[in-house]
Amino acid sequence: MSPSTPEAPAKKQINVPVMADLAARNESPEILFWVGCAGAFDDRYKRVTRAFVRILDHVGTKYAVLGLEESCTGDPAKRAGNEFLFQMQAMQNITTMNGYGIKKIVTACPHCFNTIKNEYPALGGDYEVIHHSTYLQQLINEGKVGVSGGESFKGRRITFHDSCYLGRANDIYEAPREVLAALDADLVEMKRSRANGLCCGAGGAQMWKEPEPGKKDINIERTEEALATLAGKADALANLGGVETETAAPGAHDLQGSIIAVGCPFCMTMMSDGVKNKEQESKVQVFDLAELVASAEGINA
Amino acid sequence: MPSILRPQTFPPYLYRMLQSILFLLLLVAAFGLFAWQVRKIRANILVGRDRDMSGHAAERLRKTLLVAFGQQKMFKRMTPALLHLVVYVGFLVINIEVIEIVIDGLFGNIFGFHRSLSFLGPVYDVLMATNEILAALVIVAVAAFWWRRNSNPPVRRFTGVELRMWPKLDANIILYIEVALMLALFFMNTADLKLHQLEGKDLPGTFPVSNLLVGLLPSSTGALEIMERAGWWIHITGIFLFLNYLPSSKHFHIIMAFPNVWYSRLVPQGQFSNVESITNEVKAMMDPSFVVPPAPTAPDGSALAPTPFGAKDVEDLPWTNLLNAYSCTECGRCTSVCPANLTGKLLSPRKIIMDTRDRMEEKYESPLIFRPNQYGPEAKHELVTDLLEATLLRGKVTPEELWACTTCNACVESCPVNINPLESIIEMRRFLVLEESAAPNSLNVMFSNIENNGAPWAFSPSDRFNWADDLFAAEKPAKITVA
Repeated sequence: MSPSTPEAPAKKQINVPVMADLAARNESPEILFWVGCAGAFDDRYKRVTRAFVRILDHVGTKYAVLGLEESCTGDPAKRAGNEFLFQMQAMQNITTMNGYGIKKIVTACPHCFNTIKNEYPALGGDYEVIHHSTYLQQLINEGKVGVSGGESFKGRRITFHDSCYLGRANDIYEAPREVLAALDADLVEMKRSRANGLCCGAGGAQMWKEPEPGKKDINIERTEEALATLAGKADALANLGGVETETAAPGAHDLQGSIIAVGCPFCMTMMSDGVKNKEQESKVQVFDLAELVASAEGINA
Repeated sequence: MPSILRPQTFPPYLYRMLQSILFLLLLVAAFGLFAWQVRKIRANILVGRDRDMSGHAAERLRKTLLVAFGQQKMFKRMTPALLHLVVYVGFLVINIEVIEIVIDGLFGNIFGFHRSLSFLGPVYDVLMATNEILAALVIVAVAAFWWRRNSNPPVRRFTGVELRMWPKLDANIILYIEVALMLALFFMNTADLKLHQLEGKDLPGTFPVSNLLVGLLPSSTGALEIMERAGWWIHITGIFLFLNYLPSSKHFHIIMAFPNVWYSRLVPQGQFSNVESITNEVKAMMDPSFVVPPAPTAPDGSALAPTPFGAKDVEDLPWTNLLNAYSCTECGRCTSVCPANLTGKLLSPRKIIMDTRDRMEEKYESPLIFRPNQYGPEAKHELVTDLLEATLLRGKVTPEELWACTTCNACVESCPVNINPLESIIEMRRFLVLEESAAPNSLNVMFSNIENNGAPWAFSPSDRFNWADDLFAAEKPAKITVA
């Protein structure tokens, strides 16, 4: 780092390798990056996709994406009860991937991850599927990503919001936390975390509909918990429903610079909306794990 | 001094024989009635759809030992876990004494012995002492349970539309019976102890609690004999009555928890079942050469009525979900962690499970007591009341409840006996969508987006790869790793 140099660091363009091109050259990738619909279309999550591709490119992994050949895994249809549409989508994707002889898949979406990993095998799609939190953890453990040279997160308060389809659905709790631990930040745990984590409110196809009438929206309940945790407000935490047990956070902290970390596009939307609703967006930011790692590694351009 | 129970004109052996015969009749009646009720419940569970849960015995055994026998999932919440542990261990240990009571009742009277396990010597001392201490702790724990349910306000999970009337009464009846049984035990032991003390004899066993209570009883051997016999008969009759109360009660979980955990799913919680008939249809659509397997036929070879997609009524659910309903002790851990319920929506996973049990007993067999939940106006439910249409779906569970679910698995994770309310919710959603096309409109829009654009949003599929345009990264050499 040389603070005296005013010009921007050298940057390079990444041409994302597409599976069809690789197949035409008779090549096969080490890993298929399944982008997912949110990663491809949602403006906020596209930044996560791009950050993750920077990491893939940076470590020199031989990867590819399906590009225009990717289609919805069918997860929202299945959770909403439309089994027919789910299986149509699944068969189509399985045909595509089996045609390319795909063996290993990484994805930044826990819903795509869960569906491909658990529900595709019965329909003929057997792959090794890993979530990007696990993949990032491996890169860090192997030393391929040093999480240094970029933005420093030292001393910043970060709380990780467990995604249901990563956590309870597939028992992945530690990988995202180990990734965050590498940032050398102040990690604080919400009272409802890991297996007791509270849903952001988007799962089960809720993302695409208005919530049923109630007292408040689920993402507000969860955001309040995240903000109270980051701020260290014990009284706010004590009043949270559902948990009967003790534990209170220590003294109050300024929220400035705090981060809610997520590993799921729908949690991202819900928590960001919640932070805006609470008018804290100037202080608290919501980031995906891949974005944090790319920032810390200094590979954004 | 002649006892009232043994008048001189009545030969003692005849009196003892009479007690044995009476006991035998009671025993046969109690177990007969229980078996009759269990058969009905078994029949109810078997109306559910077939699902192969065989195999994986070692894994199932391990799970049953940990979750059911070892109460692993209870320990997520320490206070209720410890209170429940006292009652659970009390139940297990005191049942050893029930074995003694049965032996005494059948043969002791005839052959003139009493406390048939006393030959165990020091072990018997420990057993009786443990029993008494546990029985005292059970009374304390039950008092705490009662307070948690009946104080104002009660613990949140003991409230809700599904926990009024019979379910609320049922929960308290169980607590009252448990206290009555423990008091009968103390009554019997204390009277026996004092009787022996007065006669200058040594009673086998150690009775730390009854020792403290002897002063409360009169010093007449006649009265004490009646008290000892009364305590004995109340204790064992109470147990037999309780046994036959179980099938009508949430307390049936003390038995059903074990098979329920044994038959619980071994796959990741995020994995939902695939509908095989749909798989066949989809395969046939995508590959014309695919041969759809023939539909199952009735034993006489005639075609069976086609089964609907998803579940409208209890017989459309897999049998394991019906077993779930009989294992539920209505503790409400599921509902208390449900994000929809926490934020004031109608959905309560516990209610879905309780409704399933009510509906089975309404439509099929019912045990001795059957008081289905009647949701009053405060339930805010618009339920179908026309009897022909009053199926599980719409007759008890409304679409509004089902659509509030985020499929987050918190209810499944929280259940101490591995009940899966989520599966029932999804089965009913399937019926709504696939049989009735009754999804909320916004979800129908999402479905058509997936069909037309391959994404749940209304984006053009040709824009799917636009995210990769103008993608730049800072130049940084890849880290060289030293192996």
